[in-house]
Amino acid sequence: MNPVNKSSENDFLNLLTEAGIVIRTASPLVWQIEAEHWRTFAELAMLHHYRWVAGWVEENPPQSPFIKGEENDSSQSLFLKEEATKDSPPLQRGGVGIFMVNACFEKNGTYLVLRTTVNLNHPVLPSQATVYPAANRSERHSHDMFGITFTDHPDPRRWTRHQAWGKQDFPLRKDFPLQGSPPAITPPDRHYDFIKGYGEGVYEIPVGPIHAGIIEPAHFRFQAVGELILNLEERLGYVHKGIEKLAEGKTAQELIRLAGRVSGDTTVGHSWAACMAMEHAAGITPPPRASLLRAVLAERERIANHLGDMGAICNDVAFSFAFMQFSRLRESWLRHNARLFGHRLLMDKLVTGGVACDVSPSDCALMTQEIAALREELADIITAVDLNTSLEDRLYTAGYLSKQTAAAFGTLGYVGRASGQAFDVRRDAPYAPYQQLNFNVPIETQGDIASRFWIRAKEINVSLKLLEQLLTHLSDDTISADLVTAWQTPAVGSEGLGCVEGWRGEIVVYIRFGENNQIARYYPRDPSQHNWLALEKIVLNNIVPDFPVCNKSVNPSYSGTDL
Amino acid sequence: MNWLIAILQTALLVGLSPLLAGWLKRCKCFLQNRQPPSVFQPYRDLLKLTRKQPVLSHDASWLFHFAPYMVLSATVLAASVVPFIAVDLPTSATADVIVLVGFFAFARFFLTLAGLDVGTAFGGMGASREVTISSLAEPAMLMAVFTLTMTASTTNLAFAIDHVLQAGLVLRPSFLFALFALLLVAVAETGRVPVDNPATHLELTMIHEAMILEYSGRHLALIEWASQLKLMLYGVLIANLFFPWGIAQSLSLNALGFGLFAILLKLAVLTLILAFAETAVAKMRLFRVQEYLGFAYLLALLGMLSHIVLEVLL
Repeated sequence: MNPVNKSSENDFLNLLTEAGIVIRTASPLVWQIEAEHWRTFAELAMLHHYRWVAGWVEENPPQSPFIKGEENDSSQSLFLKEEATKDSPPLQRGGVGIFMVNACFEKNGTYLVLRTTVNLNHPVLPSQATVYPAANRSERHSHDMFGITFTDHPDPRRWTRHQAWGKQDFPLRKDFPLQGSPPAITPPDRHYDFIKGYGEGVYEIPVGPIHAGIIEPAHFRFQAVGELILNLEERLGYVHKGIEKLAEGKTAQELIRLAGRVSGDTTVGHSWAACMAMEHAAGITPPPRASLLRAVLAERERIANHLGDMGAICNDVAFSFAFMQFSRLRESWLRHNARLFGHRLLMDKLVTGGVACDVSPSDCALMTQEIAALREELADIITAVDLNTSLEDRLYTAGYLSKQTAAAFGTLGYVGRASGQAFDVRRDAPYAPYQQLNFNVPIETQGDIASRFWIRAKEINVSLKLLEQLLTHLSDDTISADLVTAWQTPAVGSEGLGCVEGWRGEIVVYIRFGENNQIARYYPRDPSQHNWLALEKIVLNNIVPDFPVCNKSVNPSYSGTDL
Repeated sequence: MNWLIAILQTALLVGLSPLLAGWLKRCKCFLQNRQPPSVFQPYRDLLKLTRKQPVLSHDASWLFHFAPYMVLSATVLAASVVPFIAVDLPTSATADVIVLVGFFAFARFFLTLAGLDVGTAFGGMGASREVTISSLAEPAMLMAVFTLTMTASTTNLAFAIDHVLQAGLVLRPSFLFALFALLLVAVAETGRVPVDNPATHLELTMIHEAMILEYSGRHLALIEWASQLKLMLYGVLIANLFFPWGIAQSLSLNALGFGLFAILLKLAVLTLILAFAETAVAKMRLFRVQEYLGFAYLLALLGMLSHIVLEVLL
């Protein structure tokens, strides 16, 4: 982690003290405050340019050994080391139980977890979504899953909740059975108050959740005049799989399998983030060779997905020539994945403490050839795409996302970087092996579909350069050949945060362990959660038939958001 | 005898239209480095659709059932008016080019009504876009055809083709303008890239496909067949109006055989050009279609003016 600018941090602390906010747990990276200060903290954090990263809730979290006072050095949590302080609040208040509400913030590459507790019988907390729009759906999710009321929330409608759950059922509460108690036939999902448009010539277009093509399900509600989009409302949640509930009670190794399936196209990214969180909790570090291999897998995933996306953007404006070419490149890249690592999408290649694959020197040589070949082919196709004026006409100026809006929603990854948001976990909060690699993070400021297209092309180039460096390091004989660090069962209540740059952007994963190496809480935050919000703004003032290409240029994950 | 040949010619036109669609697909695949399906695939698809039970919306009225039959019949009637292999046939003499445009408009009328009938957002959206585009395309088409028919002093297609054949190969600027105008209109009217994308799965970008999204089974087969026939008709119209050489002027077996060969060759070349265009350009933004069709109209108008200035006033 980058060292925080001390004076700026002190300013912030002074400001908090002035506002009467007492930080109970004075660990450097986990701050516990009183529930009533929840929003005030957010307001001050906003003033100090903290970015809202993620929010999650735990019910009666297993007590950390530090709080219980059983100091246990062998299982220290590297990242979220909580220090026992005398005035730490007891976690169980008179046996009633509590919800621990967490919000993660980031500034200058340092992640800060803010937490508070609310009573289980009366779970009420001021909303942070009034300050940070990025927190909007996350808080609605917490409300639907735990029954926590966020007061003054700008949009108190349900979000993840669907009709198979009773009104008083909260699926992530401990008293809710894993299988639930669904009715034989789930009632249709009606009575969701979509925003209405009024006025002459205003009409609604409901799209989905079943689409004409084979894509993930989501409902989009447009208000339009003629072809002009006045408003778009997204209704997600159709691929809710209960990932968070499923994770409870899994062992570390089982969780990685699950994490790899949060969003199928980001299997490496999500597994890596989960591994990182668990390794922090267990206090182990993967061997250097494993880190290098993880980065190889992650960069290969990034390249494959960017190639696919660039083709798909072209296909959405019926430029099938480029679509076919990009698809061809992606396909041969995936076939190499299968040949080198045994899986086209690189699923289940990460294990706790390391990786389950290795590359031989001949594999490295093959990859080097492959990189050169891709560069050469890409150069030709990129030129053809660049020179095509009909494509230019469609991609430039359409789907504009301003720098301010991108910042307000905490937009991540290529969507953010196309609108001047430079944040990249690999550079700004570096983790092994990226500290030892040289690379730059490309950035664009135009904010249109073309920007999001070209930023992907630039990122492919960066990834290719990174791959070359990684291959050089991997062929270095001085690196130990170890691939896995032995797993150590983490202490009850130990927790970890994993932040990696997936191909869509920053992935943040929170994990807390319970007894016997079992997961007590797993919360993955896919970058799409923030990018979906930006998409609603991107389409404004565009015409209805341009929505698909706007959507494709963002390409948010449905599965990763619905969990 | 003449009537028999006229009916046979129409049947041939209708029967060969899926083959043209297959050939177009093959050309596009070839240009995009893909493995093409067989050229007979459209026939198989149509056959498959006829075997499937049509699924109908509860809100569909009689109009929805009725429309596919109307659409195909109107298009087949239009096919009977267009000289395909032979020029001197009684069907061609009974109707002129305005009737032809009328048949197309009639088919479209039913298709848009059917799109509106089931009350889905896509049907209405597609219908509205289709009507917008056709209201711009039809005048351009009429204007382009009028340029030719003015030269021949008739609106009858057969007579106009005869006139061109009699006059021999003369390079007329008016014909060139009209040809380009008609090419642009044909692309818009048959729903090809860059105006519409028949291969898309994105409902929001569709025009023609959005109207027929609710159709399935034999209904869909009829509509698909009608749109393949429409593509074929535009191809034949352009080929025979501007390059009529090879068309059978007598009804001898030799002439007819050569006529068939000539028109198939012309269509194959035209389709290849279309495939090139579809591969080289992206679909334009919907609001650009007006400019595009406005340009087509302008070309047709220039054709008309140059005809008057160069051929009438001189």
